[in-house]
Amino acid sequence: MGFYLAQLLTGLANASSLFLIASGLSIIFGVTRIVNFAHGSFFMIGAYLAYSCVTWFDVGILGFWGSMLFAALCVAVIGGVIEILLLRRLYKSPELFQLVATFGIVLVVQDIALAIWGAEDLLGPRAPGLDRAVRILGEPIPEYDLALIVIGPLVLGLVWLLFHRTHWGILVRAATQDREMVAALGVNQQWLFTSTFMLGSFLAGLGGALQVPRESVSLLMDLSIIGEAFVVVVIGGMGSVTGAFIAAILISVLNSFGILLFPSISLLLPFLVMAVVLIVRPWGLLGKPGSGHGAPEAPQDPLRLLGKRAIWAWALILAALLTLPLADDGFLLVLMVDVLIAILFAASLQFLMGVGGMVSFGHAAYFGLGAYGAALCVKYANISMEFALVAGPVIGALGALFFGWFCVRLSGVYLAMLTLAAAQILWGIAFQWQDVTGGDDGILGLWPSEWASSQSAYFYLTLVLCSIGLMLLRRIAHSPFGYVLRGGRDSALRIEAIGLDLKAHQWMGFALVGGLAGLAGVLFAFSKGSIFPDSLSIPHSVDALIMVLLGGIQSLIGPILGAVSFILLEDWISRLDYWRFIFGTIILLIVVTAPNGLAGLLAPLWHKRRQRSGKGQSQ
Amino acid sequence: MLKLERINSYYGGAHILKDLSLDVQKHEVVALLGRNGAGKSTTMKSIMGLILPKSGTITYNNQAISNLASHQICQCGIGYVPEERRIFADLSVEENLEVGRRSSQTGPINWQKEDLFDLFPNLAERRTQRGGNLSGGEQQMLTIARTLMGNPSMLLLDEPSEGIAPVIVEQLAKAIKGVKAQGLAILLSEQNMHFARLVSDRTYIIEQGSIRYEGSFSDLDQHPNIWKQYLAL
Repeated sequence: MGFYLAQLLTGLANASSLFLIASGLSIIFGVTRIVNFAHGSFFMIGAYLAYSCVTWFDVGILGFWGSMLFAALCVAVIGGVIEILLLRRLYKSPELFQLVATFGIVLVVQDIALAIWGAEDLLGPRAPGLDRAVRILGEPIPEYDLALIVIGPLVLGLVWLLFHRTHWGILVRAATQDREMVAALGVNQQWLFTSTFMLGSFLAGLGGALQVPRESVSLLMDLSIIGEAFVVVVIGGMGSVTGAFIAAILISVLNSFGILLFPSISLLLPFLVMAVVLIVRPWGLLGKPGSGHGAPEAPQDPLRLLGKRAIWAWALILAALLTLPLADDGFLLVLMVDVLIAILFAASLQFLMGVGGMVSFGHAAYFGLGAYGAALCVKYANISMEFALVAGPVIGALGALFFGWFCVRLSGVYLAMLTLAAAQILWGIAFQWQDVTGGDDGILGLWPSEWASSQSAYFYLTLVLCSIGLMLLRRIAHSPFGYVLRGGRDSALRIEAIGLDLKAHQWMGFALVGGLAGLAGVLFAFSKGSIFPDSLSIPHSVDALIMVLLGGIQSLIGPILGAVSFILLEDWISRLDYWRFIFGTIILLIVVTAPNGLAGLLAPLWHKRRQRSGKGQSQ
Repeated sequence: MLKLERINSYYGGAHILKDLSLDVQKHEVVALLGRNGAGKSTTMKSIMGLILPKSGTITYNNQAISNLASHQICQCGIGYVPEERRIFADLSVEENLEVGRRSSQTGPINWQKEDLFDLFPNLAERRTQRGGNLSGGEQQMLTIARTLMGNPSMLLLDEPSEGIAPVIVEQLAKAIKGVKAQGLAILLSEQNMHFARLVSDRTYIIEQGSIRYEGSFSDLDQHPNIWKQYLAL
């Protein structure tokens, strides 16, 4: 009995930190509609700052708690600065931009933390006055855990009072429902947003700071907590603080008991709970329908068919690529294989987002599924590369059919979150099911068949398959099936009123892009000879988002431009020290200066040319 | 007091307001009449900065406001009551009023919650209820009250009588006359002629984004052809 109580109390103590970061995330989303990937970074900065303060001052109980609050306040100020300098420009941008921008912050913060605090894990002191354990029903319970169990509800109560008893709080709640109306009533939104963002950052910083006596502070804290925090926010309902509290307790307590039954479930469980909750209550426990929608998107220009000249241009590019092996540069061919795979991966995501109107934050799921599917077939069934090239995409498509069935029932940010959860589930399986997937060591020894084993042969194989994939996507975007998807993207209601089953179309769209991403995954696995869980990770999903963003979401050519520039940029930058900082800064600059991506930058030039070359062409 | 000169506003690519000009004097209630889609709400939104006019000027008390943000326009003393009412459904009646509260006084009187409960007695009984649980008429009263909490010197009322029971419309007319008696100017868009006639001093008729007629209701009665051309259904 005592043992179970101890598990329960540990779960509740874990819930407090999780609640703090998740409530901050939820509050920020509610008002600004920004899905803040950098919230994990705020959590991490809070922990590092608290560590420095506590070890520096070291003056008893007051010093300890003072340090916690001071660290959280510093994070609030940092959050405020970021909001004013960066996010303020992005409130009217599509979710993709906001997400990628906040991921840029994640990269920058990681390298700043590395520069200041170093790469080693830091172990903070215990909380003075709360450094022992008390026995409850015979089990030792750390006093600090008990303090955390009190702090969670205390903060919930304070936030509730703030939101219900102050003028500011009522404005925030009103803005969560209708920002424009609040502005029309004379409230300066900018400061409301900044102050809300600061409150959210404060809570994340406090959550991180309070972890210092419990776990070592490390550079991995940011991404390891953010996935779970997303899950808590989605389960609780975006924008609901009470919902976040309930969800944090649900997740943490289930986790602390789940671990007893299946020791390796901890990475999976939150996402499974989230999937179940979203099926039963698509807007979370205390969320509201409609609050899942992001910023209104600007109407897109219709897709155009390729003109004769464009077809010639692409034929020329293809011909030039075919002669590339004659240049006989081994490194160049390897790089081009990477580029081609990235293009197919990015193009499949662009199809889902640009044509289908479904934002996926977890597209690496299908890339990794294809790669792992093929790798496992090779490892256990000993099949050939040719067969694996069929099996991988099929497995990717089947995975997309499975997760897509849930995803198409949601829209907006909720859909995006569920795709993220799907990717995290698969990542958790690949990472933890060591007997089958090799865990962190991955699966090695995947080599192409004899005929494709030379670099130039594999390059040709990749070129042919990726070109077919791209042409297929383009053809489908211009088919009646593509019209339905694009129509549904612009107005789901109208498509359904015509009598078309939009969800079924979207579901099939999911399967299509899952298959093509799976193909990219198989090609990747055979080009490297191995596959690791990071092919399923959040950063890999974000890579694809960055490529789509670089190229511009509104054109089918965009992903090609985006993937080429991304791979070349990454290849160059990742050799430098502090490449994350540089890369993150580049991302932020692009998001702020080129909101339509590279294709968007080039499009005006193109249009000018078209106009000059006469109007006869438009017929 | 309020003056719009040759305003052009667009929704995406669609040209909605075409060289629209109108003005409202101090203490005046002006009705903007016209059919659905004539551009009444767009006019209101353009004044309020919710749609940015591509050309033309809007001045309020001789100050140009067409380049200001919504909240700054509100702070100049213009109170906006939107057509869709846009009540904060999850907030109580009192909290809705609290959102509109501004301490600075730009209008003739400094409204307190209790004054507004006197003006709209229905709301007083429901002060702790969720805004979303009110009837349409009560929500309309609440939006007007919420806007008055900002102590405006002028009100933009966008189709206040739309979808409201006739009994409540009479109450609304009474309240609006009360507000007018306190010295506020009002620009009112309406399709309900009976209601507009009850409260307004002067009318504009808008059709396809331009003003087609200006005059009092009694003048309008002399011109049945105008009535037929622009207003009759």
